[in-house]
Formats: sequence, C-alpha cells, structure tokens
Amino acid sequence: MAVKAITPDYKGEAPDSVENFHGNIMFHVNWEKHLMFCAPLAFAMPPDAPFSTLLEETLPTAYGYHPDWKKVDWSTVEWTLDHEPFDPKHDASLEENGIVHRSLLRFTVPGAEGIAGSGS
Amino acid sequence: MSRKLNLRERYQRMTRDLAWEPSYQSKSDIYPQMEFEGIKIEDWDKWEDPFRLTMDAYWKYQAEKERKLYSIIDAFAQNNGHLNVTDARYVNALKLFLTGVSPLEYAAHRGFAMVGRQFAGVGTQVACQMQSIDELRHVQTQVHTISHYNKYFNGFHDFRHMHDRVWYLSVPKSFFDDAMSAGPFEFITAISFSFEYVLTNLLFMPFMSGAAFNGDMATVTFGFSAQSDESRHMTLGLEVIKFMAEQHPDNIPIIQKWIDKWFWRGYRLLTLVGMMMDYMLPKKVMSWREAWEIYFEQNGGALFEDLARYGLRMPKYWEQTIEGKDHITHQAWGIFYNYTHAAAFHTWIPDDEELDWLSAKYPDTFDQYYRPRFEYWREQAEAGNRFYNPTLPMLCQTCQIPMGFTEPGNPTTIGFRASDFDGNRYHFCSDGCKDIFDNEPQKFCQSWMPVHQIYQGNCGGATVPDVLNWYHLNFGVDNFDYAQSPDRQHWQQWKGEPAEESDAPDEAA
Repeated sequence: MAVKAITPDYKGEAPDSVENFHGNIMFHVNWEKHLMFCAPLAFAMPPDAPFSTLLEETLPTAYGYHPDWKKVDWSTVEWTLDHEPFDPKHDASLEENGIVHRSLLRFTVPGAEGIAGSGS
Repeated sequence: MSRKLNLRERYQRMTRDLAWEPSYQSKSDIYPQMEFEGIKIEDWDKWEDPFRLTMDAYWKYQAEKERKLYSIIDAFAQNNGHLNVTDARYVNALKLFLTGVSPLEYAAHRGFAMVGRQFAGVGTQVACQMQSIDELRHVQTQVHTISHYNKYFNGFHDFRHMHDRVWYLSVPKSFFDDAMSAGPFEFITAISFSFEYVLTNLLFMPFMSGAAFNGDMATVTFGFSAQSDESRHMTLGLEVIKFMAEQHPDNIPIIQKWIDKWFWRGYRLLTLVGMMMDYMLPKKVMSWREAWEIYFEQNGGALFEDLARYGLRMPKYWEQTIEGKDHITHQAWGIFYNYTHAAAFHTWIPDDEELDWLSAKYPDTFDQYYRPRFEYWREQAEAGNRFYNPTLPMLCQTCQIPMGFTEPGNPTTIGFRASDFDGNRYHFCSDGCKDIFDNEPQKFCQSWMPVHQIYQGNCGGATVPDVLNWYHLNFGVDNFDYAQSPDRQHWQQWKGEPAEESDAPDEAA
C-alpha cells in the first residue's frame, strides 16, 4: 500500500540495507525457552564466516551465562532458519548455509527448559 | 454607546470573526495540507469549541497556576525536598519519565503549532494554538524538576541530547516523530484522541499518584498544574473525532485505521509506564493490570460503545492487550535488567515483599513465568555474578522496543512477525506493529534503529563505553545495577544509613 504523502511518488531511503554494514550481514538468533535473555539477539558478521565460528565463539559468549548452556550438544540441537527446518553444515559459511541479511535463526536444545522449567 | 463584550462574544470575535474569505490567494494555497490525507470537511463552522476560552482568560488562568507551581518548586528546593522521597530507587522512575516524556511535551508544542497553522477552520486553529502553548509550559515546568533532581542524582544531565540517541528513548521519540511527520488530521487523531483521550489517564494517573505516594512533591506539583490543561486536551481529542466523523461518511474508515494504529503504538509506549508502576515505585499505587482494567477495559470500552453510532469500533488487536496485561511489564523490566549497563538509570531485583506483591497482583503468570528468573538473577548477583546481556538485542521495526514480547497464548515463546519490502526484510514484535509497517512501508523502512546504527558504526564505536560516551552518559555512574550506584551511596550518606556490604554485592565487580 502506498503511503499518503503530500509529495507525489514519495519514497524513503532504507538505512538498513546490507551495503551500509561494511561487508557484514546483520542476522538474528534466538535460543527458545530461555527468556532470561530478554529478546532475540542481533549479530553482524561477514557472510563468508564459517558457521562453526557462530557455534564455537559467538553463541558461547552470548549465551554461556545460562546454567543450561552446558546441556548444549550441537549434534542434537534443532534449528529453524527463517521459520523453515534447518540442518546447518558446520564447515560451510553463513552464506553457503543460506543465512542472509536479516535472517532469523532459532534453536532449541532438547531437555533444556530454562530456570526451574519456567522457559526463562 | 459602547458596552463591554461578554466572554462568549469576545470568543466569537477572536475565532469566527477572524475567518475571513481570502480574495487574492486560494484556500488550497493557504492550507496546502488539507486534502492529501483524504479527510473531507464540508463545513468548518460545525466545529463545536469544547472550551470557549479567550486569550485574555487563558493568560489569566495559566498565570495563576504558574505562580502556585513555582512557589512550591522553590519551597521544594529550599527544603531539600528530594530527601523526602521514599527511597532513591524511586528517582529512577523519574529519570525515565523526565528523559522520555518531557521531550515529547516539547514535540507536542511544536506539533500543535504546526497543525494549528494548517487547519482551515479558525476554531480548530485556536484550540491547537492554545494547546501548543500549554505543552511548552509543561516542558518548562518539567525542566525545572529535572534541574532540581540533576543537582543530586545522576542521569538527568543531558536529556535533550540523549533523546536523539539513547536506544530506549528512541521508543518515545519515534512515536512522536511518526505523528509529526503525518498530516494534520492524523496528527490530531494520534495525539489528541488516541493518546490524550484514550490513554493519557494511564500516563498521568499512575505517575502522579505514584509521585504523591513516594513523597515527590515536585512531580506532584507539575502534575496538578498540568492536569487542568490535560482535561482541556482530552476534550479536544473527543471533539476532533466527532467532528471528522460527522463531516463525511468517507472519513470513517480513515479514522478507524488511525485509531487502530495509534492505539497500538500508544499501548507499546505505555509498557514503559506500566513497568514503572510495577517495578520502580518503592510504594506501589496499583498494578499495571488493575490500571489497564479500569482505564482501558472499562472507560475505553464505554467510549467505543458511544462511538459505535458513527461506525467506529474498538481498536484492532485490543483483545491482545487483555492477555498482555499479565505479561508486558515483567518482560519490559527484564529488558532493562538485561541492558541496564547501557541505560541512564539503574535497575534492581524487587525485594521479597515486592516479589510477593507481584505474585499477588499477577496470580496467573508471575510465579510460573517470571519469579524464577528474578530469583535466579538475584542469587547470581549476590554471588557477585550480576547478569548483563553482552549482545545487542533484535528490535521491532515499528515500536523499536527489543523483541521481548511473547506470542499471544504462548508465554514462553517470543512473538515474531516479518515483512519484505523493496529488497529488505523487516521484523516486528506483534501483529499490531506489522500492520502499521505494512500500511506505510515507505515511511517505516526509514526508521533510525539504535542497534542497526551501532552495527553500522554510526554511534561512536563498538564497545559499550564508546556508545555511552556518544550518548553523553557517564560509564560507571549513570548505568549498571542500583546496588553499586553512586546514587545509592549518596542516599545512604544523606540519610545516615550504614552502607552494608551485604546490600551491595556488586561493589567490587
């Protein structure tokens, strides 16, 4: 739907297009049922970074505070990418795994239900 | 023989008699913003002035209020009134209110001046111009309060600069920028009706009663001084809706869409107020849930029953707010607890008595979903391991609040919505925020999103101290947990309370 504007054919510049991120893409990760982390997270990384960097460096820094973090076994974790089931190749890059600017990754750790099973 | 005009005649002279027919300029050139929104006005003279106030009477009333206000503010300052608040934690609610809302009073002053120039009816022009002056008075009185508290507490020192930069202040800022960049009819529907008429009681009532309960006479005083203006503004809001609705049936779907949009935007904005009520007032007035029941479900419900004769209905997604009333304040406090290292106010875990109050006020949700996380955080803080979220959050493109709201019907799962527009993807916290984007993607694709700007390198650097420096916040002073704050240390000194080690677990951190 077109915006009602006083200027004919009004169009806005989008400040968050990928070219403004200096070679990075910005994407989002959510650890399901762990709402002690109040919101999904935002990361900016080069698209050719290996997926394994995310698993070995980025996410442990982001989520390692949680006592459930020790239950994480990447071979059993369930993923979705942009709401579709997702089976990431750990050695491939983010891009090769189909992760693009503003993608949303969600992961569930079987048997981890948050603090006292509260989803926190 | 000349005779003095009575008040009504003076008002008539000031308004209708000023509305002459232009002879050498077209009306569409004089009022160029009257058509593009699609609102049809057939007869501006049908505008019923809700308050027939002449300028001389207005100045007289306002001057009296100012005299009372400033004598109380002076007395407050001379008597060190800030020492009479219940606890220094309370001042953090003030920090959020005065840095978040006071700049909106100024924005309202500008907005009403602009629409007062644009409306083609003189009664409407006068009403908007008086409100514009009211709003300027409100921001001035609040700046005096900022000035007083700024002498004794941290985080108040640069509210104007902060308003344009700090991540959570982008929530109120974007709300008003959205209204001011709309046309005049949408602006007045957004601010006068949806905010002032439908929702303002939820801002002023809890905040001013909260100030009174917590011994903050400076805030109570500006609240009372503003209150008689607010009732005038509310009356204007209702008149605006009735006038547009009665002018042409084609206006109804346009007005309804604006009501849907601005109700949802206001509801998201008021989450911050609800959080203050439930978490930041040492002496509580009522819960957010109770306030929403009285001021929206009952009063708002009756209002929309009354408006049904025009074909207007309750705002879209209002049902979600009924479920949300049990959740949103706890989720919001969690957001600020996560990111208080990047904020200009302090957060803390409620004490046992407060946790019990929350359990009692939210019997269906608090113990099951929220109390466990607060108790875990407290346990960790006491062990010297206070939680701060080390990664920037994902934001909703419309309300700009971190995506911390859960899916209706599923309190352990975040709500996710998205839209693709012009080669980019945009994310939202709710159906309400997604609809607002989808109706005007050319507008909302331009939003200045604090997290995205940090990642683009536009906010002073990549570390928290870099960004806080760019915000003009003092790292280690304005931010972090209340337990370790200089505010708390000062308060203990002023009140002669011993600084107990066990009360300040983060002191060494």
